[in-house]
Amino acid sequence: MAGVRALGASLSGSDTIILSLFIFPSLFLARTHVNYEVKGDVAVVRINDPTSKVNTLSVQMQTEMAEVMNEVWANNAVQSAVLISSKPGCFIAGADINMIQACNNAEEVTKLSQEGQKMFEKIEKSPKPIVAAINGSCLGGGLEFAIACQYRIATKSKKTVLGTPEVMLGLLPGAGGTQRLPKMVGLPSAFDMMLTGRNIRADKAKKMGLVDQLVDPLGPGLKSPEERTIDYLEEVAIEYAKGIVNKKIPLRKEKGTMQSKLCYYIMSFELVRNQIYKTVHGKVMKQSKGLYPAPLKIIECVKTGVEQGPTAGYLAESQNFGQLAKTPESAALIGLYHGQVACKKNRFGTPQREVKTLAILGAGLMGAGIAQVTVDKGVHTVLKDTTLTGLSRGEQQVYKGLNDKTKKKNITSFQRDSILSNLTGQLDYSGFENADMVIEAVFEDINIKHAVIKEVEAVVSPHCIFASNTSALPIKDIAAASKRPDKVIGMHYFSPVDKMQLLEIITTEQTSKDTTASAVAVGLKQGKVIIVVGDGPGFYTTRCLAPMLAEAVRVLQEGTDPKKLDALTTGFGFPVGAATLADEVGIDVAAHVAEDLGKAFGSRFGGGNVEVLKTMVDLGFKGRKSGKGCYVYQPGLKVKEVNPEIGEILEKYKMTPNPAVSSDSDVQYRLVSRFVNEAVLCLQEGILNGPLEGDIGAVFGLGFPPCLGGQSSTLVISSSKCCFRPFRFVDTLGADKLVEKMRRFEAVYGNQFTPCQLLLDHAKDSSKKFHK
Amino acid sequence: MASMLLNTVRSCSTSPSWAMRIGARSLSTTAQLQAQVQTKSKKTLARPGVKNIVLVEGVRTPFLLSGTTYADLMPHDLARAALQGLLHRTGLPKDAVDYIIYGTVIQEVKTSNVAREAALGAGFSDKIPAHTVTMACISSNQAMTSAVGLIAAGQCDAVVAGGVEFMSDVPIRHSRKMRKTMLSLNKAKTLGQRLSLIGSIRLAHLSPELPAVAEFSTAETMGHSADRLAAAFGVSRVEQDEFALRSHTLAKKAQDAGLLQDVISFKVPGRDIVSKDNGIRPSSMEQMGKLKAAFVKPHGTVTAANSSFLTDGASAVLVMSEEKALAMGYKPKAYLRDFVYVSQDPKDQLLLGPTYGTPKVLERAGLSMSDIDVFEFHEAFAGQIMANLKAMDSDWFGQTYLGRKSKVGTPPMEKFNLWGGSLSLGHPFGATGCRLVTTVAHRLQKEGGQYGLVAACAAGGQGHAMVIEAYPQ
Repeated sequence: MAGVRALGASLSGSDTIILSLFIFPSLFLARTHVNYEVKGDVAVVRINDPTSKVNTLSVQMQTEMAEVMNEVWANNAVQSAVLISSKPGCFIAGADINMIQACNNAEEVTKLSQEGQKMFEKIEKSPKPIVAAINGSCLGGGLEFAIACQYRIATKSKKTVLGTPEVMLGLLPGAGGTQRLPKMVGLPSAFDMMLTGRNIRADKAKKMGLVDQLVDPLGPGLKSPEERTIDYLEEVAIEYAKGIVNKKIPLRKEKGTMQSKLCYYIMSFELVRNQIYKTVHGKVMKQSKGLYPAPLKIIECVKTGVEQGPTAGYLAESQNFGQLAKTPESAALIGLYHGQVACKKNRFGTPQREVKTLAILGAGLMGAGIAQVTVDKGVHTVLKDTTLTGLSRGEQQVYKGLNDKTKKKNITSFQRDSILSNLTGQLDYSGFENADMVIEAVFEDINIKHAVIKEVEAVVSPHCIFASNTSALPIKDIAAASKRPDKVIGMHYFSPVDKMQLLEIITTEQTSKDTTASAVAVGLKQGKVIIVVGDGPGFYTTRCLAPMLAEAVRVLQEGTDPKKLDALTTGFGFPVGAATLADEVGIDVAAHVAEDLGKAFGSRFGGGNVEVLKTMVDLGFKGRKSGKGCYVYQPGLKVKEVNPEIGEILEKYKMTPNPAVSSDSDVQYRLVSRFVNEAVLCLQEGILNGPLEGDIGAVFGLGFPPCLGGQSSTLVISSSKCCFRPFRFVDTLGADKLVEKMRRFEAVYGNQFTPCQLLLDHAKDSSKKFHK
Repeated sequence: MASMLLNTVRSCSTSPSWAMRIGARSLSTTAQLQAQVQTKSKKTLARPGVKNIVLVEGVRTPFLLSGTTYADLMPHDLARAALQGLLHRTGLPKDAVDYIIYGTVIQEVKTSNVAREAALGAGFSDKIPAHTVTMACISSNQAMTSAVGLIAAGQCDAVVAGGVEFMSDVPIRHSRKMRKTMLSLNKAKTLGQRLSLIGSIRLAHLSPELPAVAEFSTAETMGHSADRLAAAFGVSRVEQDEFALRSHTLAKKAQDAGLLQDVISFKVPGRDIVSKDNGIRPSSMEQMGKLKAAFVKPHGTVTAANSSFLTDGASAVLVMSEEKALAMGYKPKAYLRDFVYVSQDPKDQLLLGPTYGTPKVLERAGLSMSDIDVFEFHEAFAGQIMANLKAMDSDWFGQTYLGRKSKVGTPPMEKFNLWGGSLSLGHPFGATGCRLVTTVAHRLQKEGGQYGLVAACAAGGQGHAMVIEAYPQ
């Protein structure tokens, strides 16, 4: 429609017959995704996908964009163009994944990539300067589009993020990104962006040289803040477009900081560049264990472009893109992405009441962690403990979490204080009548839980939900003490709560649907990825982990060093080694769980001797939190040493390894098969809703990405996602092969390795797959 | 607080004769008001049970660009000059007031209760208590309304209110680290302790902390916020420059015509007598157009020329109950009637106080925009004034943010800030409020109007509005 108006405007004064000829076809072929309007001598090209909340570079979008740009270039009244999205909160969120998945082979994907490259090359070489006006997410193909333009203006809004997340889907920026980014921001920053896929905020992007100018988001005026901000961005962008044409605004900044000049100078040496390729390659190999091809291909494309020139570079990019798109790794990561999206939705509907006041019992690591992820969501949070010291420690933890954000300039000190005003710390139950939900995070003892639930029910209002943050106690046992079991639910958080994305919600047969909906709503508000599972000892995550840890203890008892054990597990695709994981979870918790689940499931959960863990706890080796566990933790030290004192304990409980099942590979499969078997059993028993939630639970519950854990700030977030997915693992390996291995272990160790019925079914019929 | 006091007083029992008179008035109010808009003989806003509180006199020192003739003074010196000017102008005995209140924003730490220091220095009786209030740019409005509250509550009969701001000298502090070291030094007992503390001082400790005209809550400077506000309402650079030019032109005219009677002469020690504001500089659109954006660079619209400048100055008003004023033989200038304070989002609506305050105070007074004869709005930035005018003219804004059925409506420009405003006369933060009220009183007398309206915005996203009624001449 605007295109028609624009044509009218630009041709006003010319022959009317020609005008009507132009209008006629365009009325019938009205464009839906891209249109433009000429303001003065600037063409304002607006993108808006009417079928979706976000703009993607779909086939339709690309076709219309090409049409519009051709018209803009052909229109003599236009001197420059502004590219802007009409959607608040989204510029272009990337290429259309479905479009890539629809391709039958690598060659077709390569062709897609080449078409994208060609289009952006035309944009880059546009005789009329194009200003990209960015408000909201500018990711993947969207960013590649923007950096092909001559100038970029971005709003300083929190929603404005730039990035190349392709690597997280096992892909690479395939429309010129690997070639243009290094030139624009320099090799180190370009690698950082493309290999981590992280989002960059507008102010950072300005500093990096990724955008040229910033615009402040506006408050309400004669329109809503969102609408007005887009209009303002457009007005400013038009001014800049005119300025570029009039040569008032230089396209390349002449003056840079000394540092950046120095940086460019250094980069001109081949030796230095080679050193960078080598370092980056080394880091990638270390973090991804070479399990994922995309990061390596990214390095290859960049290197080819820089060292052999653009022709070779673009060719390498499109070919590698095609190859990557058809790798099983990419398919798996895309599947995981879809799964994660699915687990960020509330399939139980909107709860009747929104939780506005959340009370947490127990200000320990977990309780305070839950408070930490709740207060900043505008929910009034009550943190209750029984002792002043405990409460003080918990409140300090919440404060520290927020203060660290202040130090990183994510929030201001004022916002920190204002957020903290949502937190109330107390030792009694006063004000609990206002609570909409109570989450208990007290000691894992059924008697204490029962006492707590009775105390709580005596004070809260009838609608209040009682959630238990237990890692192993069955919820129905806890609910036995409740007067209203329909309001009782399990919410199993993972430590550290602010970094671990997973929340396992456990429903009993009595839990009402509204209670579940409410718990999921709270979890989503807290930013969690949620799996909802059935009740039973250890639920899903703990139940799968327990036999694996039991096996790990046995492996230790058989004389394997904790470091070797870690290497074996991470080498298999686990993000965290088994020994480290035990330390993170807490040896005391592990001992507790092993004992509880051992009682519930019997000899199937045997393996290592629980006494090993108990002795460690008695000696104070409770894992990271106590400074000693399998390893010794010293603040400030990144390298951790094996705790020398556990050698004696292991010596005491020494077992003789059976050489028939003790090769490195066998040890790996012993650990993994117990995990997988239990996971499949959970599906068989209906604890799990489906294999997808099972995989998501394993991925997000077993470890946290290194870049979020604060240990490493750069490189390969994707490697964190290449962690172990039990159901996909069975599909890939083949159930029959797994069963065969398990039968061999069964012969030595007994029923701990007996495959469950569902696994046997899959082994018998190779056409059965967990993931379609 | 003060308005709460007023409400309580209002609901008190009243004498029958008052009730009769007012009852009759309120029955016919609307009809009369509408009929009398043109005739300029509207009814009084006096209410039963509410004391009539009057402005007896208002004065101010000349408002000077900071760093000029007042440069070597201290804040209380300016306040003293205003108080002495008030004493001189009114012939008020130095022990005849019950209370003194001053407003200020950037406090001189040596005279944190600047009201008391200035009162003593101005020769007021030391038996008169004095306190200082702060509410950003509406500090002296707060001083005046506190005075109104004290009188309405029957605590006082005569109060001096005023405001002072001195930007030629502001407290610049040592860094927090340095302060900490210095304070520890005070407590150090041995030479060794002292030496080790002195040794701990690093070069970085010596960098000072400068005060900024920035919101604490958002860390955004006011100019930056004003630029965003102007952009949000689509106020162009030209509109802003035109309004600023209007302000300077009108101020110059008023100054030349001798209309700024509230200005007193002030003999600055060691310098000449100052008797005129020195920031009034009518320029041309071309010259103003050359300036670069001062805050949002480079595409912003707020410049040095269309913003109010850093100013030194003080003001003072004498507020009394009507009975007391008449008993003392004064001829009051105006009644101080309804007032409101409002506050809103300090980030995106920082300077929209007048938009929120105006309809609210009009409603309280039972008046409509067309009843008002004299408007005096505080001009922090030309862009801020234009944004407020556009907000008041917008149905969408009225419905979405003010909870009204339609727009507030805009004051007609022929009644608006006719003797200049903060952009041209200057804006000593703490002192502007009294200038606005005094100007309304003087303009009502001069122009023969009945009602005046004062409105102002302030840092923190706050605002104020007051209705002033002419005293029968």
